[in-house]
Amino acid sequence: MNQSSLSVESAVGSRSRFAGFRLLVPGLLWTIVFCLLPMIVVLAVSFATRGTYGGVVWEFSLDNYRDLLHPLYGRIFVQSLLMAGMTTGLCLALGFPLAYYIARLPPRRQALWLVLIMIPFWTNFLVRTYAWIFILRTEGLLNTVLMQLHMISTPLDLLYSNQAVLLGLVYGYLPFMVLPLYAAIERIDPALIEAAWDLYADRWSLFRRVLIPLTKPGIIAGCVLVFIPSLGSFLTPDLLGGARSMMVGNLIQHEYLVARDWPLGSALSILLMLIVMGSLLGYFNAQSRQAGERGER
Amino acid sequence: MADLSIDMRALVKRHGATLAVDHVSLKIRRGEFFSLLGPSGAGKTSLLRMLAGFETPDAGDILIDGQSMAGVPPNRRPVNLVFQSYALFPHMSVAENVAFGLQMKRVPRAEVAERVGATLELVRLSEKRDRMPGQLSGGEQQRVALARALINRPAVVLLDEPLAALDQQLRQQMQIELKAIQAQVGITFVCVTHHQEEALALSDRLAVMQQGRVMQVGRPEDLYERPENLFVARFVGVSNEVRGTLADVQAGEGSLLPNEVSLSRGIRVPVRAGLQSGIQVVMTVRPERIRVSPGHVTGADMNCLHGVVETMRYIGSEWQGVVRIGESVRWTIHASNATSGSRPVALGAPVSLQWNPGDGVVIPLT
Repeated sequence: MNQSSLSVESAVGSRSRFAGFRLLVPGLLWTIVFCLLPMIVVLAVSFATRGTYGGVVWEFSLDNYRDLLHPLYGRIFVQSLLMAGMTTGLCLALGFPLAYYIARLPPRRQALWLVLIMIPFWTNFLVRTYAWIFILRTEGLLNTVLMQLHMISTPLDLLYSNQAVLLGLVYGYLPFMVLPLYAAIERIDPALIEAAWDLYADRWSLFRRVLIPLTKPGIIAGCVLVFIPSLGSFLTPDLLGGARSMMVGNLIQHEYLVARDWPLGSALSILLMLIVMGSLLGYFNAQSRQAGERGER
Repeated sequence: MADLSIDMRALVKRHGATLAVDHVSLKIRRGEFFSLLGPSGAGKTSLLRMLAGFETPDAGDILIDGQSMAGVPPNRRPVNLVFQSYALFPHMSVAENVAFGLQMKRVPRAEVAERVGATLELVRLSEKRDRMPGQLSGGEQQRVALARALINRPAVVLLDEPLAALDQQLRQQMQIELKAIQAQVGITFVCVTHHQEEALALSDRLAVMQQGRVMQVGRPEDLYERPENLFVARFVGVSNEVRGTLADVQAGEGSLLPNEVSLSRGIRVPVRAGLQSGIQVVMTVRPERIRVSPGHVTGADMNCLHGVVETMRYIGSEWQGVVRIGESVRWTIHASNATSGSRPVALGAPVSLQWNPGDGVVIPLT
């Protein structure tokens, strides 16, 4: 290739790179205004001091982070992680068979099922959580029906427990698991499933050796989409868990709105974010290392 | 019968209102390369899927090695399918794909490793054992799919359009290879194809199917030389036909008085037992059995028809043309290019078509 054609090419290259940058501007602005800026504010506040009557005094301090070392906070974090983990596990266990069932239906029936799964989104989440209160409470729908059927003599204590919170979280986030799983399963060539079957695989082997590896991206997406919001949720534990259940989200909400300690609330938020980001990064690192080893063989 | 591998008994399969498989009975011998040949919609794929266990017959039964397959799911059948799309597991290496069936049957690790090695050797893929399917060519993927079936030493290997996805040259090479491998392992192969040349080249015996029914079963040469009906005559090879009335039947011979072609005397034809004078028949003869010569000649012991050359095309090894011999009767002729590249007969020229009476086949019209 000669000199002149090279220079022409590089000129074209730099111009298109500049054009590419200009195209990025709206997206960058959006990210800065709606994502980065609020986070910087939260980060800044987390290093500030609480005023005597609430509010933020701009005096640098590490006290908020020192306060986080209190064992009570540690317990709440662990409990929240457990709750989010169980929610994710249950959503996966319930969501996979459902997504598999839908993905193997004829296309028109698939559309119907997907609409049915998304219909709850048309109603406010708060309203739907209140509906669960009506179902679960002592004089609620479930207890009334069970009593009428004489299956129980005294009402069950269902509401305001960790189980109720778990139920509410699974209910709320199941669609976020089902949709990416459906997308992943739907893409699998049906001949692969038949091939596994033809090669003597039973249901479990088909699931473990073929379906899970082929739908891994969907499983990861679903787990991330369920785990993160359930870890930070505060509405569900507040309404269904009452005083007996506290998750990080409630703690942060409490610090901001009740205790009016914005700096401590901010420090808690930053810690929560670090935990989420850290575990995600760790996971993706492990993934790419595994992929690298596989590719090198 | 001890050497029977597959025994299909009056199989029926409906897809909605259509009869996909219409009372099919076939017996396939052990170690045989058997093909199901037919156009799309003939029911051959339904038949294959019933053998594999992916579809259940509405009536009839399938016996494999004398065992009824009724109610036996695909993962319990002594049968392995080579899928048309190969259906290799994309997340497993070549060796892992091939090992899958044995692992599912919980064969000890050492034996799996040994058999994977031997099977990859058989299909000449030992060097590619750690590649992923996406890194292989079409022909290599085909061989992995075959190895993945063969390694289980099933009673029957089923092949669904095994060579359809390959280009022409690779196809012929794989035909030879497939046949050689089958002969080496001695396993019964049942192959579905719509490609008649492929079916003839590969099969020990084949069944020609149309609209869910078996039209004829036999060795390739039986089907080509002695088609029992017009569908087989036309689907397997090119059929030159003339309709007429059968006359003077005696001692396996007779003559045909054509309806649409004027002739001074009848066409001499061989007549199989059971056909009588007076019935309407079609005589068919293959293009390569016809000798084309310019002008009007008559041979003493050959049948002869006169016609006019309508088209002539040069395909290298020979000339292929169409000769009009009656108002609406056109025959395909093949003229060898053994002597030179020049056109054997001119367009529009009168020609004589001669053939041995024994090369004609008489098919009764029903």
